[in-house]
Amino acid sequence: MIIAIASGKGGTGKTTVAVNLAQLYTGPLQLLDCDVEEPNLHLFLPTGEVDEEIITVPIPVVDENLCDGCRACSDLCEFNAIIVPKKVALVFPEMCHSCGGCMMVCPQKAIKEKEQRIGIIRRSRTGSIQLIQGLIDVGVTSVPPLIRAVKKRVDPALSVLIDAPPGTSCPVVTSVRGAGYVILVTEPTPFGLHDLALAVEMVRSLGLAFGVVINRVGIGDERVQEYCRREKIDILLEIADDRRIAEAYSRGQLACEAVPEFRQSISVLKERLEKLAVLHAAGRRS
Amino acid sequence: MIRELVIISGKGGTGKTSLTASLAVLAGRVIMADCDVDAADLHLLFPPRNREKQPFYSGHEAIIRPADCIGCGLCLAYCRFDAVQMRGGATGHALFTIDPAACEGCGLCVHFCPTGAIDFPERLCGEWMISDTRIGPMVHARLGVAAENSGKLVSLVRKQARELAEKEGIGLIITDGPPGIGCPVIASVTGASQVLAVTEPTLSGEHDLGRVLGLARHFDLPAAVCVNKWDLNPEMTERIESKARLSGAQIVGRIRYDSGVTRAMMQEKSIVETDTPAADDIRAVWEQLK
Repeated sequence: MIIAIASGKGGTGKTTVAVNLAQLYTGPLQLLDCDVEEPNLHLFLPTGEVDEEIITVPIPVVDENLCDGCRACSDLCEFNAIIVPKKVALVFPEMCHSCGGCMMVCPQKAIKEKEQRIGIIRRSRTGSIQLIQGLIDVGVTSVPPLIRAVKKRVDPALSVLIDAPPGTSCPVVTSVRGAGYVILVTEPTPFGLHDLALAVEMVRSLGLAFGVVINRVGIGDERVQEYCRREKIDILLEIADDRRIAEAYSRGQLACEAVPEFRQSISVLKERLEKLAVLHAAGRRS
Repeated sequence: MIRELVIISGKGGTGKTSLTASLAVLAGRVIMADCDVDAADLHLLFPPRNREKQPFYSGHEAIIRPADCIGCGLCLAYCRFDAVQMRGGATGHALFTIDPAACEGCGLCVHFCPTGAIDFPERLCGEWMISDTRIGPMVHARLGVAAENSGKLVSLVRKQARELAEKEGIGLIITDGPPGIGCPVIASVTGASQVLAVTEPTLSGEHDLGRVLGLARHFDLPAAVCVNKWDLNPEMTERIESKARLSGAQIVGRIRYDSGVTRAMMQEKSIVETDTPAADDIRAVWEQLK
């Protein structure tokens, strides 16, 4: 089963939950870092050899000798990525979504596609964990294509954990789409509650099964728990606030190795997820 | 000229919004702009009274009319966003639908559909608001659930904030930026007067700050850096500050780890409106910035 770990608000503990949960799996596991703007999983896992692959998107290139300025391309393009200012078409690569439309409608066959780099995918291995990370190049706006490329490397035969970016917009949707289950990590503060409600709206609109992990319990109040009860949302785990967890995190150390109570919490979470996976499989069969 | 200070972080949850709120209080006459449009939180500290509320339409969305679909599958063949899904239809031929969460609105399927069975209405992507708060005006927005085009909504919020600043003769805009370094962040910082990157003394904070300062250099923006919760790991704070200096950023101060920060949030106040040690640190940061 693919399990995605997301949150509306940033910094609530997605990466901490993902990396420590991965550590407790015994069988082979794929761990995907879909927070391609700020990937962090590698900071917590000692990895050996890293295999890097350049990821590109196709961008149109106009042959000025063939283009007759008919504007079929600019009429079709919804993103103003190709315009015909004078006699020939001009491309704005940073606006382009790589749909391929301009190339297909060009009656002169004057448009070809050229691959343009947007980032890299890093693959490495630590024990039974296969880590696959996307890393977007600085200055690149089109993040979802790189996330899709990371997710294309999923092996459906394995257990898969996905660390999603924060928020609720297209990079998050691209990351969690198709997951069998989503864990939403939050904290018991007004910001945590507000952004959790947005994330819940998002996963519900996508029709995904989900539950909530409340991190740093004790720093705020009970409003997140009350919200979950009211909305009939499963609270998978509550993690007590503990400065030792924050300090381990700051050093890039696995919290489950530094704080025994935290390891216990994460193994409870893992058991709950395993039960859910069995339930899901049963649901699919019936 | 209107000065625009944008608070960003790379990594989420380092204290952008809490710091933005406090700096706005210290600044006095200021326009606040909340550019974290898919998880906007500034309004939770400054309850807004809406002056103006507008829908945000952006792009289009392809929708197949099942009655007119002949099941040829051209749309599936052309779509590069895995947005077209195939199901068996009741009449025997395949039935195609479009997943709105995956559709990027390129319109290729609409153009090529042989029976013209695909509608292409404008997409409602959210709303934006101009509000009054207890400390001054705020421009903010709400991106629709699972919606696209956050960058365009960010640009719209900034444009409205600039117009409002001109109209009201206010010389400073303080902007709460989104996390990351992608499209909405780029839309938040391009053309700004200065960015303030707030980070935390963790390996992730260090890593993500490096990327966000890279972005500031890429767009040739003056950058300032502030380490929040610095005493959680003093050695890491030193390391982050010296790296930031090397990359040309100005260090504008440190904020200590203080449970009063969360207490202020629970009371729906900015930190500097409460009496807690971190408030002094933030006042010192503002002295460097103003």
